[in-house]
Amino acid sequence: MTENRTPQQHPRPLRVLAAMSGGVDSAVAAARAAEAGHDVTGVHLALSANPQSFRTGARGCCTIEDSRDARRAADVIGIPFYVWDLAERFREDVVEDFIAEYEAGRTPNPCLRCNEKIKFAALLDKALALGFDAVVTGHYATVVVNEDGTRELHRASDMAKDQSYVLGVLDDRQLAHAMFPLGDTLTTKEEIRAEAEERGLAVAKKPDSHDICFIADGDTRGFLADRLGKAEGDIVDADGNKLGTHEGAFGYTIGQRKGLRIGTPAPDGKPRYVLDISPVNNTVTVGPAADLDVSGLTAIKPRWCGAAPTGPGTYTAQLRAHGGETPVRAELVDGSELRVTFDEPVRGVAPGQAIVLYDGTRVVGSATIATTERATAAA
Amino acid sequence: MAYLDHAATTPMLPEAIAAMTAQLAVTGNASSLHAAGRRARRTVEEAREALAESLGARPSETVFTAGGTEADNLAVKGLYWARRAPGGGAPARTRVLASPVEHHAVLDAVHWLGEHEGATVEYLPVDAYGRVHPDALREAIERNPDDVALATVMWANNEIGTIQPIRELADVAREFDIPLHADAVQAFGQVPVDFGASGLAAMTVSGHKIGGPYGIGALLLGREYSPVPVLHGGGQERHVRSGTLDVPAVAAFAVAGQHAAEHREWFAREIGALRDDLVSAVRAAVPDAIPGGDPDGRLPANAHFTFPGCEGDSLLLLLDAQGIECSTGSACTAGVAQPSHVLLATGTDPDLARGTLRFSLGHTSTKADVEAVAGAIGPAVERARTAGLS
Repeated sequence: MTENRTPQQHPRPLRVLAAMSGGVDSAVAAARAAEAGHDVTGVHLALSANPQSFRTGARGCCTIEDSRDARRAADVIGIPFYVWDLAERFREDVVEDFIAEYEAGRTPNPCLRCNEKIKFAALLDKALALGFDAVVTGHYATVVVNEDGTRELHRASDMAKDQSYVLGVLDDRQLAHAMFPLGDTLTTKEEIRAEAEERGLAVAKKPDSHDICFIADGDTRGFLADRLGKAEGDIVDADGNKLGTHEGAFGYTIGQRKGLRIGTPAPDGKPRYVLDISPVNNTVTVGPAADLDVSGLTAIKPRWCGAAPTGPGTYTAQLRAHGGETPVRAELVDGSELRVTFDEPVRGVAPGQAIVLYDGTRVVGSATIATTERATAAA
Repeated sequence: MAYLDHAATTPMLPEAIAAMTAQLAVTGNASSLHAAGRRARRTVEEAREALAESLGARPSETVFTAGGTEADNLAVKGLYWARRAPGGGAPARTRVLASPVEHHAVLDAVHWLGEHEGATVEYLPVDAYGRVHPDALREAIERNPDDVALATVMWANNEIGTIQPIRELADVAREFDIPLHADAVQAFGQVPVDFGASGLAAMTVSGHKIGGPYGIGALLLGREYSPVPVLHGGGQERHVRSGTLDVPAVAAFAVAGQHAAEHREWFAREIGALRDDLVSAVRAAVPDAIPGGDPDGRLPANAHFTFPGCEGDSLLLLLDAQGIECSTGSACTAGVAQPSHVLLATGTDPDLARGTLRFSLGHTSTKADVEAVAGAIGPAVERARTAGLS
C-alpha cells in the first residue's frame, strides 16, 4: 500500500455485535475487537431451516456444530453469545434468489447477496435497534475513514486474502457500521490459526469452509435439481447440432468444462466449454475456449461505496470471488445501467455474477452482470 | 448481578456442599459387602429415609436417578413398557395421556413412544393458564379405560408457574387403576408436595433445583409399580435403575430436600412477597405486559410475562448487558429461540409467544434483585420493540 490512508480507528470503545460463523476468522475478529476495548457481543446466525427434532419448527443452524464452535469461542473470549434465527429472511433473500437466478440461466453469488441483505441489513438493523454501534465480521477488507467522516472500502492489506469483492455491495451507511478487524492483517492463514491457538480458541484447527453454506454436500446441481426438478434438454454446438443431453440447463455455468458428458469429441480435439445457457428452450450451447472471450458487458443494479461516478472512467474490475483484476472503462447510463469495456478480452464471464470496480485499492461500487458482448462472433 | 433464573438452577446450600464434600473423601460402593461398602450403604439409606420423609413417601418408594430427566424417562417409558406387555392375559395398553405443557423430558419421551414404540399419545386440553381440568382427564380415559397405559401431568409448570390439581387428577386416574406420573421438579420446596397423600403412582424430583447438586434426582414410585428399566445393569434401586449410587450426591440431595421441606412456608411467604414486588414493578414500568400463568394457583417464585412486540431474545440480551440474568422460559439446545410450546398450548398467538420472559426467584434472592429489574425493564422493552420481530 503506497497510498496515504488511515485504517479505521475508533477513538472510543463501541458496542459491537460480532457475527460468529463458528470458523476461525470470525472468532479471531471477535477476539481482536474485544482486545481493542470494544464491548463485544457474539451472535451466530441460524440460517438454514433444517428441523433438528420433532419440536415443531425447531431449527438448527448451518450445522449445530458450527453454532457450538462459535459459542465455545465466545465463551473463551469472554463475551455474551446468542443465536439469532434469520432463516426465514435468508431463505427469502438469498436461497430463493439463488434458485431463481440459476433457473434464469444466470450464475449468482450468494455470499454477496448474504452480505447485502442479511449481515449488513437484517442483522445490522437489529443490532442498531438494540443499541449496538457496528457489526464485526471476519472479512479481509479495510474500511478507511476520510477527513470528512465518509468511509471508503479498500482491499485487505494482503491481496491474497482480500475479500472486498464480496463486500462490494455495501453502501456508505452499511460501511459506517462495519468493522473488519482482520483487514489490515499482513499475515498468512497459518498465522491467523496460530493467533487463534494462542488465544485458546478451539476453532484454530478447523478446516476452512469453501462451499456454499446452504449446500452442505457441495452438490449445487443436485440441490437445484431437487428444487427445480429434472428437465432433460439438448447440449448443442454453436450451429445447433445436438451433441448430448442434460438434465436441466440450470445446472450449468458459463465457462464450465467439466461434467458435460458429451460422447463425441470436438472435430479439432480441443475441450469444449459452456458458451450459453438458454432457459427458454432449455438448451446448453458449448464450444471452444476462444468463443468464451468477452470484450464488454452490461451490468444492472449498481451500488456505490460513496458518490456514483458522473462520467466514464477507467477502473480495474474483479469479476468473481477469487478472480484477478482486469482494466476496464466503465460508464453509468441512465443512472441504472453500467456499461463496461475491457481493455483486453476476458474469458468466461457469467451473467448473474457481480462486477466490482476498483480505483487502486478502493472499492468504487458493484453491479450485477446482465449481458456480455462476445469478442469473437460465434461461428 | 441479579440472578433471577433459579428455575434453571439455584445455588447449592452451604450445608449440602458440606455433606457432599465430606462424602467425596470417603471410599465405598454402596453395593459392596465389606466395611467400606456398608458405610456407603448406610449413608445412602439414611439419605433415602430423609428424602422420603421430606416428600411424604416411604424409603422403599424412593428410587435415585441421575436427575429429573432420567426420572421422567424412567416413569414414562418404564410404565408404558410394563403396561403394554403386562403378561398373564392382561390387556395391552398403548394410549398415553399427557398434558401439552410438560417439560421436554416428559414431552419428548412420550413423543418418542409414539414414534417408536407404538404408543398413541393424546394431549389433554388445558385452560388459558395451562391447567388440566380433572374432567378433561376423565373424559380422555372414559373414551376407552382399557387401553390407557399411563397419564402424566406436571405438578407445577416450569415456565408459567401454574400449579396443577394433582390430587384431583390422581383421584380420577385411581378410579380407573391408571398410573398417574407427575414431574414435581419445580414444585418441590415451593408448594406442599406429599407423595403419599397425592395418590400419584410416580413423581419426579431433582437435586439442583432445590439447592442440592447437579446430576441427582429421584423417582418416587409406588411399590405396586414395576416399570421396565431404561438402564440395565447391576440391579440397584429395586432393579429399576441400575448403576453405582453417587453417594456424595445422594447425601447432599437429602440435605437439600430436608431444607426444602423445612423452609417451604418461609419460602412461599418471603420469596413469594419478593416475587409480588417484582410483578408490580414490571407492570408499573410496562403497563401492557401480560402476566403468564394462573395469578393465584402458581409457584411463589415464578413471574412470567409476555411483552407484545418484543422478541424475548432481544430482552434477554439487553437485560444480560445490565447484569440481570433471566430466561425466555423455553430453553433450546440448538440455541434458536422458538415460541414456547407451553404458551402455544394455552392458546397464545405465536408472534406474541415470542416475547416472553421468565423471572424465577430462589433462596438467595433479594430486594436488590427486584430493584434491578424495576430499573431496567422499561428501557429494555422500549428498545426491544424498536428492534421488533425479525
